[in-house]
Amino acid sequence: MEKRRRFRRIGIFEICNTLLMLAVCFITLYPMWFVFVNSLNAPEHAMLGTVNWLPKEISLASYSVVFNDKSLMHGFYITTLRTVIGTVVHVLFTAIVAYGMSKSNLIGRKLYLKIALITMLFSGGLIPSFILMTKLGLYDNFWVFIIPAMYTFFNMIIFMSFFRTIPDSLEESAKVDGASDYGVLFRIVLPNSMAVIATIALFSAVYHWNDYYQGVIYIHSQDQLPLQTMLYKIIAENSMSFMQQQAMAQFGARLPGSSIKFASMMVATIPILLVYPFIQRYLVKGVMIGAIKG
Amino acid sequence: MFQYRAGQIKTFFRQWQLQSMVIPGIIWMIIFCYIPMFWLIISFMDYSIAKPLLESPFVGLKHFQDFMTDDRFWRSIRNTLGMSIIKLVLGFPIPILFALLLNEIRNFRFKRTVQSISYLPHFIAWTIFGGIMLNWLGEGGVINQLMMALGLQEREILFISDAKYFWWITYFSDTLKEAGWSAIIYIAAISGIDPALYEAAELDGANRWQRMWHITIQCIRPTIAILFILAVSGMLGSNFEQIFMLENNMNIKMAESLDLYIYNMGLVSGRHSFSTAVLFARSIVALGLLFLANYASKKLTGDSIF
Repeated sequence: MEKRRRFRRIGIFEICNTLLMLAVCFITLYPMWFVFVNSLNAPEHAMLGTVNWLPKEISLASYSVVFNDKSLMHGFYITTLRTVIGTVVHVLFTAIVAYGMSKSNLIGRKLYLKIALITMLFSGGLIPSFILMTKLGLYDNFWVFIIPAMYTFFNMIIFMSFFRTIPDSLEESAKVDGASDYGVLFRIVLPNSMAVIATIALFSAVYHWNDYYQGVIYIHSQDQLPLQTMLYKIIAENSMSFMQQQAMAQFGARLPGSSIKFASMMVATIPILLVYPFIQRYLVKGVMIGAIKG
Repeated sequence: MFQYRAGQIKTFFRQWQLQSMVIPGIIWMIIFCYIPMFWLIISFMDYSIAKPLLESPFVGLKHFQDFMTDDRFWRSIRNTLGMSIIKLVLGFPIPILFALLLNEIRNFRFKRTVQSISYLPHFIAWTIFGGIMLNWLGEGGVINQLMMALGLQEREILFISDAKYFWWITYFSDTLKEAGWSAIIYIAAISGIDPALYEAAELDGANRWQRMWHITIQCIRPTIAILFILAVSGMLGSNFEQIFMLENNMNIKMAESLDLYIYNMGLVSGRHSFSTAVLFARSIVALGLLFLANYASKKLTGDSIF
């Protein structure tokens, strides 16, 4: 009797916990579902009020406005370019520095670490950085997305601690065969570090894809604006007159601004959602490496 | 001593390949981290971006006195602390709680699925997530529909244009977006606990709650302490991307955080020196907070960063 009661009590906890976890899944997925449904919704229904569960009638009208909008598609191009170049440069540069730092016989290693640690405690901040970028000619320049983001100390530490787990004998045998330090790095170490490269590449790509704030601060001309900065202007500043005019011309007054907003939000999110399942298995590992050493 | 140094210099040149890998990183840091620190001196000057630095007059602590007497500065301090304290008190425990409860799920697949879903919002841009919030909290939005259906309010409230809701909006949207992600580190720490500890406790008759309290919490305590120290030292910062997205002219009274104040004063109004003075003062206080939180944690729990 006693045993049975105990068993039952655990059962109730298990059920509540499972329900709670399902609720967590629901509230994290629902925002995305909401955008998806509203972007697909036919214009007539979207006008009548928010449709929250399923589209009443599927229509791709708002997507065709988004895909036909030249400035939005140009923003999409800038963002893609920025993400690809930014990620490659960040991963390569950070990995190279980290490889050098992973050698404990490196002269000046302690000094280099001290220089880096100070930057974690204290930094110049917004205005001094803005002045620096202006002086370097990076204001309103595409490279403002790439160069200031090409290195972070934190990711360097993640790379470095991973490189240290690679057995020395592997590198030594390559050295005996006459490989230089660069040869060892590119032929032996990097090919054996795909897990950590994938993690850092994901972090960097997500940063570049999602960032809108650099665009707000440093980019002035329309043809350099990344997609997310455009979205910020459309959503938060409500400046979508151009697109609305276009939509009006195409669909009369039937297509409400909100449908176009949701469609552009989907377009800006789909690449992340496509990459996510492939790469998320590396995530936990990557965060753990960072957590242990960082 | 001199010979030892000479040996080091020799080794330095012998490992020129390794040095050529590391030194560009140091140069990058000097340019992008140290030079901005040097530019902090404009907080003691009347600097104008059009003129060379040396031609700007030195004004001492004038800007520091100016912001100390600015009501808008104190308002931004109040907002920053208000939002940070809500996040710290009500937000900090949520990922820990989530990690603990997720750990109790026996079915491995279900556990992995819930975890993967929970950190998905972290990867969605604030422009998107903020856009969803603006829609939900506005006229005819999901929140109004829900509250009215539940009978909690009689007519629509424009949450986003009403300043008094702003702090709570930042808290809820931040938790919704980041709680699952923040839990990863605790989940990783929990998965590293030796199962023998649980077996021993079970033999001693510890129930589920006792095991959670005496083993799991005790074992992840150092992780909790480190993240808490970082959270306290970050109290004067705010999630700029989030606030910048959600603020508007109607809620600015409660929305203008210290970050946003620095941005508005410096880049919108062009008062570079004034804004840098605020920034400088904030960095020093934040550094002080870091050491204070670290010291307190060391005394109270024995865990600290340094």
